[in-house]
Amino acid sequence: MEALQVETVGMTMRFGAFTALDAVSMTVRPGTVHALLGENGAGKSTLVKCIMGFYHATEGGLLVNGREARIADPIDAQRLGLGMVYQHFTLVPSLTGAENLVISRADAPRVINWSAERAQIAEFLTRLPFQPELDQPVSRLSAGEKQKLEIVKQLYLGNRFLILDEPTSVLTPDEADEMLSHIRALCMSGEISVLLITHKFREVRAYADDVTILRRGRMVGGGAVSRLSNDALAHMMMGDAATPRAPHRQETEKRPVLVVRGVQARSRSGTSHIRIDDLTVHSGEIVGLAGISGNGQTELMEMLTGQRPLTAGNINVKGAAYSATRQEARDHKVRYLPEEPLKNAAAPSMSVAENLAFRDFDMGTSGPRLWQDRRAMERAAEAQIIGYNIKTTSAHSPISALSGGNVQRTVLARELSGDVDLLIVANPCFGLDFNAVAAIRERLIAARNRGVAILLISEDLDEIMELSDRLATIRDGQITFQGATSSITRSEIGVYMAGHA
Amino acid sequence: MSEDLGLWAVPIAMLGGAIRVSTPFLFVSLGECLTERSGRINLGLEGTLVFGAMAGYAIAFETGSPWVGVLAAAIAGAVFGLFHGWICRFRGVNDIAMGIALMLLGIGLAFFFGKSYVQPIAPDLPAIPFGWWSDIPQVQAALQINALFVVGVVLAFAMAWFFKNAALGLRIRVVGDSTEAARAIGVNPDGIRLWSTAAGGALAGIGGAYLSLYYPGSWNEGISSGQGLMAVALVIFARWNPVMCLAAALLFGAAGAIGPALQTVGVTSGYYLFFAAPYVLTLALLILTSTPGKAQEGAPGELSITK
Repeated sequence: MEALQVETVGMTMRFGAFTALDAVSMTVRPGTVHALLGENGAGKSTLVKCIMGFYHATEGGLLVNGREARIADPIDAQRLGLGMVYQHFTLVPSLTGAENLVISRADAPRVINWSAERAQIAEFLTRLPFQPELDQPVSRLSAGEKQKLEIVKQLYLGNRFLILDEPTSVLTPDEADEMLSHIRALCMSGEISVLLITHKFREVRAYADDVTILRRGRMVGGGAVSRLSNDALAHMMMGDAATPRAPHRQETEKRPVLVVRGVQARSRSGTSHIRIDDLTVHSGEIVGLAGISGNGQTELMEMLTGQRPLTAGNINVKGAAYSATRQEARDHKVRYLPEEPLKNAAAPSMSVAENLAFRDFDMGTSGPRLWQDRRAMERAAEAQIIGYNIKTTSAHSPISALSGGNVQRTVLARELSGDVDLLIVANPCFGLDFNAVAAIRERLIAARNRGVAILLISEDLDEIMELSDRLATIRDGQITFQGATSSITRSEIGVYMAGHA
Repeated sequence: MSEDLGLWAVPIAMLGGAIRVSTPFLFVSLGECLTERSGRINLGLEGTLVFGAMAGYAIAFETGSPWVGVLAAAIAGAVFGLFHGWICRFRGVNDIAMGIALMLLGIGLAFFFGKSYVQPIAPDLPAIPFGWWSDIPQVQAALQINALFVVGVVLAFAMAWFFKNAALGLRIRVVGDSTEAARAIGVNPDGIRLWSTAAGGALAGIGGAYLSLYYPGSWNEGISSGQGLMAVALVIFARWNPVMCLAAALLFGAAGAIGPALQTVGVTSGYYLFFAAPYVLTLALLILTSTPGKAQEGAPGELSITK
């Protein structure tokens, strides 16, 4: 089989009155990497879902190798040789790599002769530039390994057109470069064509031949990458929206606020330990903690919020031992913004106003109160909804009805309200659109300038580089580097994150 | 050989008891294991077990063949399973609540239809004398093993093989772990769950037939002492592994046989306390095997208890 040419012709998708995709025509030439660029909500995923048969386009069609293709469901797409690697992996967690490969084949034999299958897989892998892990259950693999296995699976299934949905978002810079080089090599050799969904210009520039840019469901530009400048790409992607200005940093007084010494705890899997020997966050600074997903960040957050018992060491806040009780958090003015706030920091079916009041609903002007003051709660909520630009139909709607960015803003509003001395945030901008990201980062910088000590745990290296004064890297549950952000380069950080040269 | 084995009588009696008592545990837990591996919980297996016991006994009495009774119990169990599977595929139906309803329904129906079969005597299932090589009567008695137990042991290993080497077995695991992944590879999760639930019900029905047709070997309303419910806990303890289900069932059987075994050597005090041994064991094992903060390894991702 050869690489496929895939074309969309005037593809339009309407959901009721809302047009998610408006007459998009694009051509992915055989044996090329074609980048699909756009902000969140620009229609990228709608477009690929139409191609893969998850949605049926309202108008327009699809040509594969110049012939019209009717795709009713993903199975049809697979029959034509179209495959997709999702951001949320579709590998089955409890099955091993080999089991995942074999069972995803439509013609999997009724009784699987494992030695024959393994020999066949081994033979197939000799033609590939990278080797996936096949014997471990997928749930034990790192994100990078899962990604590799996903891509191998698509090739193993005989797919010759692959859609990669932000494939590098879970990888270190080095891993990402390695993976994309392999993809590019496969394209150049004429084995596959690739549609690469991304929002990173660097990747577009280094690895894509052509680019298509979507904004609000419309195709606003495209062509050969070599003929477009980064500025032109940014302008097309963002429209006339102002490009973010670099946040202004003020000089601040530095006193140690959070001091973590020799703390240990068991990891989530229970098989290893998290050991943080020394981590200090001062007032008026942002310390970024970089690391690949699953290297102990979640556990560290849980240790700091008192959700994970410590087996050794202690945590100090402003010189006093801290075990994250509600009283201590209140006394020392410690606040948290955990990842996935709808799940970890909100009661989904309670209203926005109630969620905003979680920190102080039980406190009156003179000590603890027994009855809630609903009217004061509402007034405070209205003020914060305006102040933080939270888009909700009313203060009474359940927080689960809000978009991800607005949930994030709501929780941030709650955590930054009143006096805050220490803020611990994890992946605050994950999955948010451009404007929401800019707004949240601005808030964090403003808090820093006010003298708040901020520990920023993030898997987005760009975010850490942009926001933090100092940064640390975490790998296998241990801090591998600490220093000023200006003292280290991206690729050096990558080495500390991945642990190999 | 001397007739008096002294304290050796206790482990021998426990072995025999373990094999006798464990068979219904084994069948129900294998059934539940299959159903849960497909991502659904059927708490109604207790009801299926009781109904299977009644149906098996009644049909064996009417036809004169215990094996036809076992078949009838399996069919009745499958019907219960299909019903559960069919209801649970609707949106918003909680399989745990549905299972509890089904448990009560099964027990109620069994009592209703089984009223007239409390008195009659149905033919028993045959036992195979595996103790022929020994001339110690206690050993011979302990190794009088029912054919269904042998079937169950073979089934446990066959199921383990099936989950690893058969495409259908892998598909069941895929469906149990991730509905989305199943759809992506073109497997219909509803269909797989429906038939896994039906097959699980059939196995529980067979477990019931063992109760009424072999040990204790009669039909009455107190025939089950919660084996169907215990088997669900057993599956969790066995980490959804059929061979571990066999081991766990034997362990439970042995615990259940402590009381009667001690009686054979004359220890009669605290009889009811020993009666509680399997239940105490359940609690102890679940507490010991649980680790706070550690993800349940091996648990199918689609189970509503793991969500």
